Amino acid sequence: MSEVIVVTSGKGGVGKTTTSAAFATGLAMRGHKTVVVDFDVGLRNLDLIMGCERRVVFDIINVIQGEANLKQALIKDKRVENLSILPASQTRDKDALTKEGVEKILNELRETFDYIVCDSPAGIERGAHLALYFADKAIVVTNPEVSSVRDSDRILGVLASRSKRAEDGRPPVKEQLLLTRYDAARVERGEMLKVEDVQEILAIPLLGIIPESQSVLSASNQGVPVILEDNSTAGKAYADAVSRFLGEDVPHRFVSPEKKGLFSRLFRGAA
Amino acid sequence: MSLLDFFRSKRSTTTAAVARDRLQIVLAHERISRDGDDFLPRLQKELLEVISRYVAVDQNAAVVKLDRGDDVSTLEIEIELPMPTAEQSRATRVAL
Ligand SMILES: Nc1ncnc2c1ncn2[C@@H]1O[C@H](COP(=O)(O)OP(=O)(O)O)[C@@H](O)[C@H]1O
Ligand SMILES: [Mg+2]
Repeated sequence: MSEVIVVTSGKGGVGKTTTSAAFATGLAMRGHKTVVVDFDVGLRNLDLIMGCERRVVFDIINVIQGEANLKQALIKDKRVENLSILPASQTRDKDALTKEGVEKILNELRETFDYIVCDSPAGIERGAHLALYFADKAIVVTNPEVSSVRDSDRILGVLASRSKRAEDGRPPVKEQLLLTRYDAARVERGEMLKVEDVQEILAIPLLGIIPESQSVLSASNQGVPVILEDNSTAGKAYADAVSRFLGEDVPHRFVSPEKKGLFSRLFRGAA
Repeated sequence: MSLLDFFRSKRSTTTAAVARDRLQIVLAHERISRDGDDFLPRLQKELLEVISRYVAVDQNAAVVKLDRGDDVSTLEIEIELPMPTAEQSRATRVAL
């Protein structure tokens, strides 16, 4: 049974694309046939984060408009088996995405893949709505910051009322919270919302906490999903979140600040 | 920063340098196709039309692979030509 997972947030720049790339890669590494689909038509970026930008030939709009078939548009990842990418179009606009077209593509993807990860654009307009419309599960990416939490709440409302599951009266989309860019030191100093606060406000299960980490930038520089970076705290947190998603009971890490030794305190900022 | 890191960062192997190179390549190609239209779908369609004048080809059995490079890009079009037996089935490659 295949599942459609939307990575959504309402707000832009919170880590949806970083999460989509990491999560899809993680699912594939665990042996599941996975495809990650970029819904950000006009502002394609997933290809850069996945490192396949030089190999994009056709995109989701070409498939919707019948100019290419799905097999031709899918890009196989060169590092991880079982992983494919369906890029967004860079030249067309969001109106080229149609509900019928997206449904047809997702149904076809369901025949081949176990997991279909949909990287949503920001906002609640057409692109974002279509990215979540057919979802079975939602990963709500939120930063510990007021506007992000409010926008996530708004997206939860859309999931509950305007998803296909809601319209069909089927069991609701399963929503899970992924708190990203979490800085435990700032939380401890009272400068940043605590995970408990955010979870209490949004009242959905916690899938994971991804720490603020410099390795996210270096990974994106190189087009490597951060989950493939060995020494990255964010990468480890993503791997934990994938395990939890697959039903394993994994304790949350990176919730409290790293205890710094004398040596690293002496050389603060060097790391 | 260790001594090794110091020498490493002098060469263009920093991740920032990798990012700059990747962006230069991808943007150079995007700027070209921004003004012109997407020619790849049409190219594929017309190639298939020409080939299907000579052999029966499955329109879905064409795979286009692209690698955008700095100086050269390669476009590889693979079309399976149906043959009497499976062993004999061949692929035709067109490199542009
Ligand atoms: N855990 C993290 N630590 C540090 N930076 C992050 C983290 N997650 C995301 N970022 C940065 O935040 C920015 C936005 O991320 P992105 O995934 O593109 O967000 P979105 O797709 O929601 O717009 C990027 O510059 C990315 O490198
Ligand atoms: Mg994005």
